[in-house]
Amino acid sequence: MRRRRKILWAVVPLAALHGLVLLAEFFAPYHYATQNRMLPYAPPTPVHFFDQEGRFHRPFVYELVPDETGMGYREDLTRPCSIRFFVKGEPYRLLGLFSTDRHLLGVDEPARLLLLGTDGFGRDQLSRLLHGGRISLFAGFLAAALSLGIGLALGSLAGFYGRWIDAVIMRGAELFMALPWLYLLLGARAFLPLSISPVQTFLLLVSLIGTIGWARPARLIRGVVLSARERDYVLAAKGFGAGDSYLLGRHVLPQTLGVVYTQAALLIPLYILAEVTLSFLGLGVAEPEPSWGNMLGELQKYHVLTSYWWMFSPGLVLVVVFIVYHHLARKL
Amino acid sequence: MAVAVQVTHGTILRTLVALLFWAVFPLISTLAQSDGAAGEVTLEDPLITNHRVGRKGGRLVTALRAEPSTFNPVVALNIPSQTVIRRMTANLIRINRKTQETEAALAKTWDTSSDGRRFTIYLRRGVRFSDGHQFDADDVVFSFELYLNPEVASPIRDLLVIGDKPVRVKKIDRFTIEFELPEPLAAGERLFDGIAMLPKHILKDSYIRGEIGSAWSLDTAEKEIVGLGPFRMKEYLPGSRCVLERNPHYWKYDQEGNRLPYLDELVFVFVPDQSAHVIRFQAGDTDIIDRVSSENFLILKRQSRRSAYRLRDLGPGTIYSFLFFNLNVTSGKDRQSLRDKQSWFRDLSFRKAVSAAIDRQGVVKLAYRGLASPLASHVTPGVARWVNSELSVQPRSIAVARDLLRQAGFRWNRAQKLVDKNGAVVEFSIITSSSNSQRLQMATIIQADLKELGMTVHVVPIEHRALIERITREYDFEASIMAFGGGDTDPNAQQTMLLSSGYLHFWHLGQTQPSTVWEAEIDRLMKEQVRTIDPVRRKQLFDSVQELMAENLPLILLVSPHILVGARGEIDNFNPAVLEHPTLWNVEELFWSQQRSE
Repeated sequence: MRRRRKILWAVVPLAALHGLVLLAEFFAPYHYATQNRMLPYAPPTPVHFFDQEGRFHRPFVYELVPDETGMGYREDLTRPCSIRFFVKGEPYRLLGLFSTDRHLLGVDEPARLLLLGTDGFGRDQLSRLLHGGRISLFAGFLAAALSLGIGLALGSLAGFYGRWIDAVIMRGAELFMALPWLYLLLGARAFLPLSISPVQTFLLLVSLIGTIGWARPARLIRGVVLSARERDYVLAAKGFGAGDSYLLGRHVLPQTLGVVYTQAALLIPLYILAEVTLSFLGLGVAEPEPSWGNMLGELQKYHVLTSYWWMFSPGLVLVVVFIVYHHLARKL
Repeated sequence: MAVAVQVTHGTILRTLVALLFWAVFPLISTLAQSDGAAGEVTLEDPLITNHRVGRKGGRLVTALRAEPSTFNPVVALNIPSQTVIRRMTANLIRINRKTQETEAALAKTWDTSSDGRRFTIYLRRGVRFSDGHQFDADDVVFSFELYLNPEVASPIRDLLVIGDKPVRVKKIDRFTIEFELPEPLAAGERLFDGIAMLPKHILKDSYIRGEIGSAWSLDTAEKEIVGLGPFRMKEYLPGSRCVLERNPHYWKYDQEGNRLPYLDELVFVFVPDQSAHVIRFQAGDTDIIDRVSSENFLILKRQSRRSAYRLRDLGPGTIYSFLFFNLNVTSGKDRQSLRDKQSWFRDLSFRKAVSAAIDRQGVVKLAYRGLASPLASHVTPGVARWVNSELSVQPRSIAVARDLLRQAGFRWNRAQKLVDKNGAVVEFSIITSSSNSQRLQMATIIQADLKELGMTVHVVPIEHRALIERITREYDFEASIMAFGGGDTDPNAQQTMLLSSGYLHFWHLGQTQPSTVWEAEIDRLMKEQVRTIDPVRRKQLFDSVQELMAENLPLILLVSPHILVGARGEIDNFNPAVLEHPTLWNVEELFWSQQRSE
């Protein structure tokens, strides 16, 4: 019971985060590609509760305007703009199903609600973070599912039937583990046509990362299957004339579930990192589509690295996601 | 008033010193001559510069983006090699980087024949190479023989071959040479700026052996690299630095009779990373910095108040960036989709609409943080002498762009996407070099701008060499963003881009006949201006070329980045210019105004 509660401590925040990025259009105040050309690298907008005279108000912000140096920004204190809920904004289709233009948060004109500042094009960093999370988190999730699927199928085949099937699959697994996968991915990207749609890029990333990583779970699952098929009750069932598919489905595969769950909790963050690495190197989804990797890629520039701390936000979220996933893996 | 008196005082003093110098100089010359070998001539007419008189001593450190690949001026191509070589060599006539006009160098004077085909050059007498050997007409003839020999395959040969015929070089006497061009060439003397004079006594053997291409490589002993520049090679440490020392035989003097250069040493350190350049300059490891990106310039500027360096924004240089469409003729089945799209690209209204939709001010603001100028002509405002000032920057107007598209038969479908006459959705990709973040930013801005016209644009960053391959050989691209510039400001330097047969005519390469009326007209105008000696008439012709380029938009011009440089506050005579090399072009005149505490 206690173990289950500890697992919940990890699962609930993860589920919340996935929900947040799935409904990014609603939670994000703006579209991820909307450029505010007068506000490049604007810092996070401070939210105020008290006006100049010290009177309490509902939360509000001031409009940001370029300061005297032309390099920074200051707040235009003459016009407070209230933050509002469920405001009308850019239209979108929620989950691809409903058309709506309501956003959770918004602010009166002419101010912009930039809770995490903007990037070099004046695009809202929070909106990009939420949309980018969709790519990064789900790439990890789907790639891990793919890896585990292949691993489970091949690993149980190898463990259950042994002999030449085992030999072929396991040598194959070793070959895959020895591959310098980063270079392989770099090479694979070079063969593709110049412009492919973001969805295609995403699926391609997922299938590449997922296919390359099947070997490790396959070896683990093979080990479990190998020991499971020699258990007394399995041998007994076999003695009563049970077929292979019955044995696998009823007795052997359930034994592997623990390994599969733990592997999933370990592989998902690993694959999120793989996607981030590829996008960081410019091999992931292309502009203006955000992902945590290409957002962090901005930090390759010295001036961004030294001057604009809010550009680190995807990295910060990544660290949190990693800690939660590893916590989950430990408790499983 | 006090200031005025002081100035007069200084001038008198300087004149006195100069007089003294001229009185004493022949004496020194005679003394020197007595121990020289027979046939040697002492430096009779050095070049007297007119900058502020400085003081000798000190070393200047600057960083290079990459290591030089060679020290051989015959084969050197890349900027790091050129930067080092140019400090060690000299040419007959040079282009003053500040005035952008020609001025005497190793040539004391020169005559141009009335048809502009023949140049007679009179050399300074008694000039010596950095090893003390005498320089005369034989070295000039030898140098040109090297550059012109097709077997040597020097990149400079292209400059000296005019209309498929090479320049003819003839020695008249020991200090006089005659050059004959196969065709009249306006501003022909500008050719000489890029051509370093070489020592025959050092390079003759390797030339005869046919090994001139590999001479003066990075392994060559420092002593063997001999030139006529202000500095000579002292030490080269691969992967680390290259140290040049003062050339004791340099042929320039200041007004008080001090032999230039002032600096004892010039050190190039190799720092591959742009950010590391800035950090090292901030830390005081380097004394001069050039090619600073706008972001880094702002970082330096923010800290300059408490640091001992000054920064200069020199305004737009000669570089112009542009968007262009693939107008090449392609064949093969796999290019069918490109050919379909080319029907839009060839439509002038389409190109005009794209140009009208682009927010150039936004590009300046976002990609260059305000440190760039929007362009009206492919000749930038940095080239004041040649720019057609009648042309104005295209103002941004989505309404104008939409009108143009509508008139050309484009429509918008229900999803507000632009479709052509045949109902095909307008969608194309822009390729840019993945190593250039500004161009990537420009592409992303244009992508957002064109989205307002209902166009779907993909931005595809690819590796630089692959990009060049696609554009120049395979013609496998739809649109691209690139930048040209950095060479001479004279219109002649632009022939390779403007002529329909030119190898930088990137939008449509490999034309044997001009494919459009306006390209034929540009060809005619460019060929006429080459033969026109009268500068006023030449300007008119080149203005028309710029107008034709602006009307027909083969290049949709974007912006010209400003040339941004910086130097320690104590460096005097710092006189940066927009032409290459922006900070070191007058290195012989630079000096430390006070001894640095080291």
